[in-house]
Order: sequence, then C-alpha cells, then structure tokens
Amino acid sequence: MLSYLINGISLGSVYAIIALGYTMVYGIAKMLNFAHGDVIMVGGYMAYITSSYLGLPYGVAILISIAVCTLLGIFIEKLAYKPLRSATSLAVLITAIGVSYFLQNAALLIWSSNPKAFPNMVNFGTLELGNIRITSASIITFLSCVVIMVALTLFTNKTKMGKAMKAVSEDKGAAQLMGINVNATISLTFAIGSGLAAIAGVLLCSSYPNLTPTTGSMPGIKAFTAAVFGGIGSIPGAMLGGIILGIIEILSKAYISTELSDAIVFAVLIVILIVKPTGLLGKKVTEKV
Amino acid sequence: MKKHTKNSFLNYGIIILFFVIFQTLVSTKHISNSLQGQLIPICVYIVMALSLNLVVGISGELSLGHAGFMSVGAFSGVIVSTALKHSVENGALRLLIAVIVGAIIASVAGVIIGIPVLRLRGDYLAIVTLAFGEIIKNFLNVLYVGVDAKGLHFSLKDEASLGLDIATGTTIVNGPMGAVGITKISTFFSAIILVIVTLFIIQNLVYSRTGRAIKAIRDNRIAAEACGLNVTKYKLVAFVVSAALAGSAGALYALNYSTVVPKKFDFNTSILILVFVVLGGIGNLTGSIIAAALLTVLPELLRAFSDYRMLVYAIVLILVMLITNNEKARILTTEFKYRLKIKKKSIGNKEVSE
Amino acid sequence: MKKKLLSLLLTGAMVLSLAACGATAESDQAANDSAAAETETAETEEETETAATDSADGAVTGTLKLGFIGPITGAAGQYGSLANYGAQIAVEELNALGTGLTIEYQPEDDVHDAETSVNAYNTLKDWNVQAIVGCVTTTPCIAVASEAYSDRVFMLTPSASSPKVTADRDNVYQVCFSDPNQGSKSAEYISENNLATKVAIIYNNADAYSTGIYQTFVSEAEARGLEVVSTTTFTDDTTDFSVQVTDAKNAGAELVFLPIYYQPASLILSEMDKQGYEATVFGVDGMDGILGIEGFDTSLAEGVMLLTPFAADATDDATVSFVKKFNEKAGETPSQFAADAYDAVYTIVDALNAYAAKNGAFDVTDLSAEELCDILINTISSDDFSVDGLTGAGMKWNASGEVNKSPKAVIIKDGVYVGM
Repeated sequence: MLSYLINGISLGSVYAIIALGYTMVYGIAKMLNFAHGDVIMVGGYMAYITSSYLGLPYGVAILISIAVCTLLGIFIEKLAYKPLRSATSLAVLITAIGVSYFLQNAALLIWSSNPKAFPNMVNFGTLELGNIRITSASIITFLSCVVIMVALTLFTNKTKMGKAMKAVSEDKGAAQLMGINVNATISLTFAIGSGLAAIAGVLLCSSYPNLTPTTGSMPGIKAFTAAVFGGIGSIPGAMLGGIILGIIEILSKAYISTELSDAIVFAVLIVILIVKPTGLLGKKVTEKV
Repeated sequence: MKKHTKNSFLNYGIIILFFVIFQTLVSTKHISNSLQGQLIPICVYIVMALSLNLVVGISGELSLGHAGFMSVGAFSGVIVSTALKHSVENGALRLLIAVIVGAIIASVAGVIIGIPVLRLRGDYLAIVTLAFGEIIKNFLNVLYVGVDAKGLHFSLKDEASLGLDIATGTTIVNGPMGAVGITKISTFFSAIILVIVTLFIIQNLVYSRTGRAIKAIRDNRIAAEACGLNVTKYKLVAFVVSAALAGSAGALYALNYSTVVPKKFDFNTSILILVFVVLGGIGNLTGSIIAAALLTVLPELLRAFSDYRMLVYAIVLILVMLITNNEKARILTTEFKYRLKIKKKSIGNKEVSE
Repeated sequence: MKKKLLSLLLTGAMVLSLAACGATAESDQAANDSAAAETETAETEEETETAATDSADGAVTGTLKLGFIGPITGAAGQYGSLANYGAQIAVEELNALGTGLTIEYQPEDDVHDAETSVNAYNTLKDWNVQAIVGCVTTTPCIAVASEAYSDRVFMLTPSASSPKVTADRDNVYQVCFSDPNQGSKSAEYISENNLATKVAIIYNNADAYSTGIYQTFVSEAEARGLEVVSTTTFTDDTTDFSVQVTDAKNAGAELVFLPIYYQPASLILSEMDKQGYEATVFGVDGMDGILGIEGFDTSLAEGVMLLTPFAADATDDATVSFVKKFNEKAGETPSQFAADAYDAVYTIVDALNAYAAKNGAFDVTDLSAEELCDILINTISSDDFSVDGLTGAGMKWNASGEVNKSPKAVIIKDGVYVGM
C-alpha cells in the first residue's frame, strides 16, 4: 500500500509539474494551450541531443533545453496566438491544436519515430527504506514541483511583472489603460510556461525513459485534467490536482483495474467538478448581469 | 422567401448536387478508387460536424467528447447488425435498424452525460465532455459482447467469460480489439439519406420555438432565465439530439469497415470534428458541410507529400485559422471588397456616362 | 458567411494546387529512384533465392507494381518505417540483379488506423497495384484484407500476426508467425528448459498481437504445469508500469513473460531496475529491436530471452549483408519487422519465378492484380514451394495463409543477441 502511495506521488509530481505550466498560461492568457504537451516533448529532445550527441554535461543540457523552449514558446505566441488576441477562444483553441500537430510532425521528421531511451539526468542513487524504494528522480521531481510552485506564487504576488500578469488576467483593457504592456506580459507568461515545460520534459523522461514525438500528448491531457481538478488558474491547485490525480491513478490500477484506471480518474474529476464547479482551489467567478 | 428558408434549401441543394455528381462519376467509372472509398466517410463526418455544430454553434457549449457518442452508436450498430444477420436478410433494412438503434443508445448516453455536464460552464464543461469521451473509450475497451443461439452475452472481463456456445457462438465485440468481421452494409446512398435527415432535423429544430429558446439561452443565459425559459431542459434537448445524430453516424461508419476499434474514437477524433465546425464557421451549417468534406479529403490529397503530409495539414490549419480570425486580415479583406465594389460602381458609372 | 465560404474555397484551391505539385515531384523522385537502382552496381550478393531463378528458361520479365501499406508516421510509426526500409532494400537488390524483372515500389502511410489504411489501399489501386506487402499492423490489416479479398488483390503481410488477418480469406498470407503459435512455443520453451515455475505476465490488452499470444501462452502454460502468479495489463498510452511490476514482484514470480513490443518493454525493464526486481525476462519477436533503441542502457536488458525468427547479429552472409545495407539506409540496426518485410518481397518474386519455371516465361507487366493473385495463391500454398529467408530457412505456407518456420531462442548478453 505504502509503495503504491509513493509511486502515486512520484507519478503525480510529474503531472503536477506539467500542470503548473498549463495553469500559468491559462490563468493569465485565458487560453487552453494544447501545444503545451508538445513543448514538453521538444524540451525532452533538446536535452537528449545536447547531452548525447554533443556530449555536454546534463546541467548544461537542461539549461539549453530551457532556453530553446522559452524561445519556442515566445515564437509560437508571436506567430500563432498574438494575431488572434481578439478572436474567439475556440479559434485560439483550434490554432493551438494546429501548433500541436505541427510540433509533433516536425519532431517526427527531424528525429524519426524510433524511440530514444532518455538517460536519467537526475540520478543520484535510490533511497531504500525497508522494502520501499524511492528513486532520486521521484524525489527531485517532487522537490522541483514545490520550489516552482512557491516561486511562481511569490512571483505573481510580489513582483511588479507578476502583478501586471494578474491585472492582465482580470481585465486586458483596463490593464492597458493603466499603462501595462499587455502583449509583453502575455509573451512573458508564455516564456515562463514553456521554460517550465522544458523542465517537465526532462523530469518526465528521466522517470519514464522513452522519448518519441508523441511523448508529450497523453501526459499533457492528464496534466490538463489535473489543472482543472485543482482549479485552473490556481498555482497551488495545479500542484495539488497533479498529486491527487497520480495517487488515484496508481491506486485504481493496483486495486481495481488497470484498464479502467483512466476512466476512474476522469470519473473522480467529474464528481469533483459537479460538487465544486471551479475545481478544488479555484476562485468562484461571479457573473455580472 | 425568408433568408433561413433559402439557406435551408441551399444546404439540401448542396447535398443532392454532391450525390448526383458523385453517383454519376461512380456509375460511369470516372472517379478514382481513392475518392470513391472516401464518399461514405465524408458523409459520416458531415453528419458529425452538423450535429456538433448544434451543440457548439447553436447551443454555445464547447464539447470535446463528441467522438464518444459516435463510438456508442458504432458499437451498438455493429452488435445489432451482427445479431440480426440471420433473422433480417435484407442489408438495407438491417442498416436502418442498426442506425436507429445506434441513435437511440447514443441519445441515452447523451441524457446520462448531459444532465450533470450541462450544470457546468465554459472550459469546465469542455473538460468534462473530454473526460466522458475518455470514459466511454475506456469502458468499450473492457466490453465483450458475443452472440449465440441463446442470444446476446455481455461481459466486462474477457472473451472467455462470455460463455458462448462453441458451435453457434461468435464474438462480436472483443474488448480493445474491437469488432472484427463486420459485414459491410453501408452504401453511399444510405449515407446521403442520413445527411439529409440530419439536415432536416437540425434545420427544423433551429428555426422552431425550441431552437429560438436555445439560441436565446446561448446569447444571454440570465436574461433567458428571467423570461421563464427552462435552461437545463433546452440545453439538454440540443445535447441529446446532437448525441443521437452522432450515434447514427457512428453506426453507419462502423458498418462501412470490416473492423472497428474503440481507440479510433478518442480525443483526437473529437478534436478533428471540432476543427470542421470551427473552420466551417460556428453556427454555420453550410460551412460545416463544406469544411467536413474538404478536410476529410485533404490528408488523402496530401499523400503525394508522403512524410510531410501531416506537417502540411498542420500548417494549412494554422494559416486558415489566422486568416479567417485575424483582425488585420479581416480589415484587409473588407477593404479589398469595398474597393472592388467602388471599382464595379465606377465602371458601371462610366458605361452609363458613355 | 460569404467570406468564410471564400476562405474555405481558397484553402481548397491551395490544397489542390499543392497536391498537384506534390504529385509531379513524387513521380520525378520515383523515376530517379528506379534509375539509381538500375545504375547500382551488381555488388549485391545473391541470396535467399530458390533454384527457380537460376534456370534460364522460364523467367519472369516486365514490371511488377508492388505496393506497401504500414504506419510510417504516428504513434506506431517506427514499426512501419522499419518494414518499409526492409522492403525497399529487397526491391533495390532485386532490381539490381538485372533479370528482366523490374519492381516499381510504392509505400503508403496508414498511421495505424483502419480508415486511413483503406484509403491507402484505394490510392494504391489507383496506381494499378498488382500485389501488396502489408499491412504492418493488425487492425488496419483486417480492414484492408476484406477490401483486397473482394477485389482479388494478393496481400503478404510482414508482421500482422493475428489469425483474424488470414481467417476466411484465401488471398492474405503472413511472413511472421501467427500469435497462437508464438504463445505455445514460448510456454513450451520455458517449461522444457526449466526456466521457472512461477510466471508473471504483463501484456497490452489493447493490442491484438499481445492478447493473442497471451491467451495461447496461458493455456499451454497450464497444460505444462507452469504457475501463472500475476497477470497485469496495460494500454497503448501507458508510461507508468510501477503497478504491474510491483504486482509481479509481490507475487514472487521468477520469470516475467512479456508478449509485447520493445518500446513498452524497455519501460518495464527500467521500472524493474528501479524497483530492484531481478527476474528472468522472456519476450517474443516484438521484443526484437530493443537493443536498437537509441541511447538504451543495454545493461537493463542483460539476460533477457526472446523467441525471434531473426537475429541481427547472426553471422550468415545474407543477414550480414542485409544489416549493413539497412544501417546505411536507415542509420539503425534492423529488427524482425524489417527482415520480415524484406522476406515478403523476396517471397513474392520467388513465387513468380517458381511459377515461370513450371509454366514457362511470362511478362508480368500486363497481368491484372486478379490474375496475379491467383498465380501467387496457387504457387505459394503449393507443397513444393519454400523460401530460405532472413527469418527462417525453408519457410512454407499452408492454404490458410500461415507460415511454417521455427523460431530461434536468443539471449541478450553483454549488449548483443546471442543464440541459445
């Protein structure tokens, strides 16, 4: 039981770290960035090629991967999302899906569909407590989650840029009138979100060492669910949602059915949303008449 | 003639024209095998797009699990068709029964899902429909159905636990491996009939009292509620009708191939249909028809690009979205049209003056 | 509304024009390819040929249009790509022989989806395909097989191993073992060599291949007194195998049987390592290729046993030459997918040669797919036809389309496959 719980937390922290990126972008730009999972995949590939082909140390590889993903995020935002700032959210959603297809297929052409075995970049041995084993990848994923969550919360609440982000998320027009550069703020959000995606990519692949052009899509959907679960837009909510989702998934696999574990995860999500329609930690938005 | 009546007839016209042209091409053998093989899927996707448009466009709710209803219809259609294989010899009649049963069972699923889902709004509603789509897929992945002389057998465990009679029994649905050995009974003609029926139902619904209520709720929920409209009821009507139509399309789709698997109807298929609706114009039925037809054929036309096919598809998708939704592009096109008008006018004036 | 219609029409027009450009580019490329194949020097060693080719009288001449269907892109893309490269190598070799028979080869992508696969098949029909190597994966193969059956087009699948592919269709043949065959052979091997008495099974229940092997394995294992202590499943999207491995570990299984493809298998091996679970791992032919995963830590696979028809490190001339060419072409080591597809092409050509040896020389160019289908069915299922291929010597087919060949047991030692 305890070992299942630990497995659940380590899977959950992978979801949580992806969900943090999702919720960041959604919270500020109010768009579902379906390409987020694919940015994770790109992050994984960047870290892989810089370390395996160029022989750079893991630390440098991770930094390069973060830099590339940040640029990619800004680039995608400028090219595909910025022209649609005034369009309906559905139009943006479809464009995001287009970007997701594009990234997957570009990766397929560049790196082929043959899987790559990702090296464990955060391997510092395994912690053994009796017959329970916790890998360093799990511990580091969990710790990075906590650090990122705290950092993001402090950033949005304490810094000027962070406050600007909050202002933009509440009312773009009013924020602009107050002298906030809305476009720059949204670009920054994407930069942060995509940088986080790179870290998530490295950690995801370190725990589950299999890198293909579709690596990011299923964890992406799960993490999106986790973000909604915790209340989309809420930073601590994303973390909480991710961990709970991971635990439910592992426990239902262990005790109910491996085939139905996804169904159970989604069923719990539905129940939560019906009882509390804005997720666990989401803010209730009052409607103006 | 009223504008909407004109639009309705335009839609019927497009479908009938489409049928006449392709039926002639098929019977005179002037059509490539590739295109001929896609005629039924095109009709199926048109029905899927039209029915989703009822939810997304007319009722204004974003649904990301439409393929779930399609799969419910697909599998119930296959089960009915296989079970009736010996008692109903006529293929067309069996297809009709399968499509109707597919629609009924999908609409039951629509009610079960609709009641909790429609309490939610916006992105939360979207994620719950996505979740239901995945749940349906997962459920079908563990569903085993077989038939023998004693009737239908169901199991959620494995093929062996169906307890089929060895001599007369056949497994119809085999969990994640889906249904194998389906007798193909879908025809282009029946597919066209389904499209016309779908159009008939949706257009009559949209321009009826109920349809106006649904649109009123979409435009301003609170105002509509204040006018005494039962919000949940009207939303549910749109949702269930849409589910039923998707179910019938699913049955037709499944009976066009010799095998069908639950994995086919995943999140990506739901998204694909949503893309048809959004590209065709939300709430625009003619747009949905054209977008569904073009985008179904598109990846096949791009086969010549071989490996670059889906990359090109993605680029086309992004570009079309940017062009149709961008403020600047919109201004440019209106300006262009305006200039064109002035030009025409000035040419006309010149002619008059000369 | 007009504007949207206009934009849609514009897209359509653009797409059509793009498609048109693409089509010409493609045919140019095809022309180049065949030219290249012709100029290629005859360094190719002759291999896997039946006696029929050597007899001068009664040869096949003309141009054979050979199609290929498999997932070249998408989630299962790696399997189709491997098979496609394998088939291409065989085509190039055969064209370089200069026997008067030229093969035109056209691969089509099916993204591991039944609908797309039927579309791919119809595209090949428009190209006037005469015989098909494919499909690579089972579900698309069942869908295409029923179309090909009513059109009378011959299909030889390299790797769709379910008996449902060939069932009730006389025109579909397999190069790979059928699933039941592999399941019972594996159980037989494990019990005869006393590898274990307590066995755990982890299989992909969303996959016809995996489930098929699992079912026959279990019944054969029971008959032979092996105790199956843990059975767990997963689906295509699974990346986390902690539950499955923990279950096997807690049940005290000495051997884990993995009737699955190598990609999930690599994740299971790494999870076993993570949990410090040391058990013998026994795989099937889908496991072949695990050492070809780029960056894979081969020490994880140390001691893994598998039954496979093909081992890339075999030292016979045919395998060595194939592996070398494959490496040049694809930049990786071939697995059984590639070898099966390679054998599939040779089998079709050998069958044509065998027919010519019996019935005199003929020109294949103007034969319809239907005529060719009858020739191939009669020849391949006949008793005196056999092929010595990369994946087995003396492969023979029965009338239901299943191949008869014996698997080789292979163990991974120091990062290479070693025969047992």
